[in-house]
Amino acid sequence: MSEFTWLVPLPVVMPLFAAGLTLALYRHPRAQRIISVVALSLMVVAGVGLLVLADSGPVIVDIGGWAAPVGIDLVADRLSSLMLTVSSTVLLCVLLYSLGQGVTDGDEAAPVSIYHPTYLVLAAGVSNAFLAGDLFNLYVGFEILLAASYVLLTLGGTGERIRAGSIYVVVALLSSLIFLVAIAMIYAATGTVNLAQLAQRLPEIDPGVRLVLQLLLLLAFGIKAAIFPLSAWLPDSYPTAPAPVTAVFAGLLTKVGVYAIMRTQTLLFTDGRLDTLLMWLALATMVIGILGAVAQNDIKRLLSFTLVSHIGYMIFGIALASKAGLGASIFYVAHHITVQTTLFLVVGLIERRGGTTSLERLGGLAKLAPGLAILFFIPAMNLAGIPPLSGFLGKVGLLEAGVAQGTPLAYTLVIGSVVTSLLTLYAIVKAWNKAFWQTPPEALPEALLPGTMVGPTAALVGLGLLLTAVSGPLYAYADRAAGTMMEPSNYIDAVLDSTGRGQGDSTLTTDGTSPADDPTSTDDATQGGDS
Amino acid sequence: MIDMSPNIVLVVAIGALFITGVYLLLERSLTRVLIGFILIGNGANLLFLVAGGRAGGPPIIGQTPVEDMSDPLPQAMVLTAIVITLALTAFILAMAYRSWQLHGHDEVQDDLEDRRIVRLAAKNAPTYNDTDSIEDSETIDEQAAEARDETGNGVA
Repeated sequence: MSEFTWLVPLPVVMPLFAAGLTLALYRHPRAQRIISVVALSLMVVAGVGLLVLADSGPVIVDIGGWAAPVGIDLVADRLSSLMLTVSSTVLLCVLLYSLGQGVTDGDEAAPVSIYHPTYLVLAAGVSNAFLAGDLFNLYVGFEILLAASYVLLTLGGTGERIRAGSIYVVVALLSSLIFLVAIAMIYAATGTVNLAQLAQRLPEIDPGVRLVLQLLLLLAFGIKAAIFPLSAWLPDSYPTAPAPVTAVFAGLLTKVGVYAIMRTQTLLFTDGRLDTLLMWLALATMVIGILGAVAQNDIKRLLSFTLVSHIGYMIFGIALASKAGLGASIFYVAHHITVQTTLFLVVGLIERRGGTTSLERLGGLAKLAPGLAILFFIPAMNLAGIPPLSGFLGKVGLLEAGVAQGTPLAYTLVIGSVVTSLLTLYAIVKAWNKAFWQTPPEALPEALLPGTMVGPTAALVGLGLLLTAVSGPLYAYADRAAGTMMEPSNYIDAVLDSTGRGQGDSTLTTDGTSPADDPTSTDDATQGGDS
Repeated sequence: MIDMSPNIVLVVAIGALFITGVYLLLERSLTRVLIGFILIGNGANLLFLVAGGRAGGPPIIGQTPVEDMSDPLPQAMVLTAIVITLALTAFILAMAYRSWQLHGHDEVQDDLEDRRIVRLAAKNAPTYNDTDSIEDSETIDEQAAEARDETGNGVA
């Protein structure tokens, strides 16, 4: 298997390299397009390759040949590679959609040459966050994707986008600062930022300090994942961006936060002291998010609120802290990335056809554009969890895991998820009635939907259906991923061998120990963290 | 053994930076928010230095005895954090300038759609009129009486 380790850094390196190329070729839009499509296609291939490889054990690279706890390592286990595959596929489809949009809008007239490099940097940041085997590298991954997202959100610098961008950027900066402080404190307490070594050392430190560290990390990731009450920024900022940008943000950025919570909760903080808190947060996120969606009158904002609400399902699965719950949660993330992105792309098409996303002014689209109606209906029903689509399967998995837990709180959450699911159906059907069935208040403008935009959207709808078709193997894969994650020793043993080192070289100091290996330094560090 | 007792001056400085930073972050003007962000960012960087233990010689084997070396890892991380902060500072400055260009100020504005929803909630009225929800004065019985009676009773 080791001959394939070169695959691991590719999803990070290729988009970054392509970003540089597209920036250098900013005068040649055609070359930019070709480079972006090729880079992201290769990323999908690498993702699928890792998906297959990681099923027989995590694939690990110690970058630059520096052994793990000292150097930086990239780890592609089942969860990472599944996330990587789904997100790179979605990134590719959204890129094709935005190319279609650019071609029909005639972007030669108003060239946004910065779009391709930024989009590729975003892709690299997402991959880096998924592959990071190191807390600080995770931070860098987050910063890469956030910095790219700031630029994409304020693309063009119109008044509305600057307003939305200010909120988004300030909140994201705050969460990054909290994350940075958390890393500094974790380093003070344990003397390492390597995830595998942290998993060994964190159980040894004072439980009070550990709780503070866990809360700080949860706070930072909670803002990024938009968990109530840290979610208010999301529906304010996402809907103003261009449709493909909103789609990719909605699909991926919050899920990177969810991924980080999954990773830290299962690997670093295994004592489960915050599971009850997480359960309550999941319930509040689900119910309050969906009530917000019911009140909305703009279809983009409605979808942003359903996005917040459905983050609650994933947190529910994580908080159950059982193999079944985590597996269902992983499956749900994969499903939700696809379906939420698809819906935002379809809304982009609706906006193009109807000239607006306000439900008050739309109407009669089912007759005017029946194909569009089908493209909306399938992912919408998938989101609401109508059988036999993948949303239903994910929810059933979560409900079963909740019932298996059997505590009153778990049952409350089971009821909460069912209610949320019904309210999602209500909100979606309301949007459907208003946009597709009601008589339009005034005649909609004539507009043609370009095939170059419909094609990628249809491909994503197809991907959603494919996830349903292969849900058996996919669910089994997610379950296996959860199985390995419930045993942190799998991860630790894969990264560090019996001497506590990775595969790379690292010269030990003259007396045979390095400061990082010195067992006494942990105790000192703990006291330092206490004081 | 590494001496991990923190330097009191650094600790006080971190506290001061965080306090002023949080105060500025709560402001509405982007420029002040930016200064708050820079202050807290620097506070976090100092925190890393404290986390790295006491200062020592350069960590190069052969130049400094192992026990006198300073920990190079936090310094590397601080360097990365400084670069990131610098880039983001530039971006926020550009955004604040653009906001000033557009509106003559750089204050974060309220969301219009939020206001609209609040007004709707205050009115407590339906957001749109269905054709089938248009009410007239008739009750359902009157409407039924008006409709054609197919049982034949009405004719006789």
